[in-house]
Amino acid sequence: MESLAWMAWTPATLIFYGLIALALGTLTVMAIRHPEVERVGILRIPTTRGDRFFIALLGSAFIHLIFLPLFGADTIATLPVGEGLEVSRLWLASGISLLYAAAVFRWV
Amino acid sequence: MDKPLYHRAWFLVLPAFLLVVFNAVVPMMTVVNYSVQDTFGNNQFFWNGIGWYQELLDPSTELGGRFYDSLGRNLLFSAIILAIEVPLGVLVALSMPRAGWRVAACLVLMALPLLVPWNVVGTIWQIFAREDIGLFGYFVNHILGITYNYTSGVFSAWFTIVVMDVWHWTSLIALLSYAGLKSIPDAYYQAAAIDGASRWAVFTTIQLPKLRRVLLIGVLLRFMDSFMIYTEPFVVTGGGPGNSTTILSIDLVKIALGQFDLGKAAAMSIVYNLIILAVCWVFYTVMTQVDAQRPKEG
Repeated sequence: MESLAWMAWTPATLIFYGLIALALGTLTVMAIRHPEVERVGILRIPTTRGDRFFIALLGSAFIHLIFLPLFGADTIATLPVGEGLEVSRLWLASGISLLYAAAVFRWV
Repeated sequence: MDKPLYHRAWFLVLPAFLLVVFNAVVPMMTVVNYSVQDTFGNNQFFWNGIGWYQELLDPSTELGGRFYDSLGRNLLFSAIILAIEVPLGVLVALSMPRAGWRVAACLVLMALPLLVPWNVVGTIWQIFAREDIGLFGYFVNHILGITYNYTSGVFSAWFTIVVMDVWHWTSLIALLSYAGLKSIPDAYYQAAAIDGASRWAVFTTIQLPKLRRVLLIGVLLRFMDSFMIYTEPFVVTGGGPGNSTTILSIDLVKIALGQFDLGKAAAMSIVYNLIILAVCWVFYTVMTQVDAQRPKEG
């Protein structure tokens, strides 16, 4: 792994990219089993499943970027795991993003 | 949808995909990794979580102040050059000859600035606008008697980089618009002449609607280019005087390579990239929508 040291992987970013890769894989399998069909939602633009995934991801990034300067990332709870796992307020943004993503997949 | 779908054809995309992985995806992943860490070189990294993002998005910190300032300057720069180049380009296209040898002469002359590399454009203007030996700078300072010095005056510096960009890229809008104008059938103009339409009416009801698509592409290209412009202002003003022309890309390079703050620079790159991605998506969606509506309009 020495040759990959310059990429500076961390567990967090590895999980992040793993989840995205997983989502892309799932979308590929779904596209093969049930070919994507365009539909027009509340944005009045035709979107496929992949388009909605992109809108959900991009929107989530902006939700985090807007949440962070407005509400900060203070610790709001400590989970009894190990020495106490601190939970940042930014996870609320992640929660909002999940709701947003669900809304995008449902209505856009 | 009677066409048979042959999914194995997707493997033909594989070479292009691999290329993109190596020159875009892997570097992008690395930047994301850098943005949550700090380093002093030697491939030693220290976890910083969302610290850089917090600092970057908080205007009261040094990094955040710089980021918002340069973002503001960059948006101002893009707005100014779009406001000048788009109307000017359309105007130039409208006044270009429609036939004869003059068309070719015009097209070649207009395409010339587009062929000049960025750093050369920067160097040309850097010398051209100098107050002591530059033709333009000398003329303004010593003949018109107006104090103009892009190394010390904020207004002069902005004027220089804006005029430079207008000189370099108005041709693009003009050429795109000219192509759009050429594609309007003569019948439209004949009908307008029969109706006794004024020049202005012809422009607003025939030419402008037909130019919508090329102008969208032009605005997208010019916005993207001006939002990530680096070389030209760097060569002419180097971001100065002070920080008055330090736009995002110049600031980014200062942080990444000047100060070697890879974490801060990476966080800034990610946010910069996200803004561009969002704008691109909006433009792309609008453009494809305009395309999709066209057959219905008849």
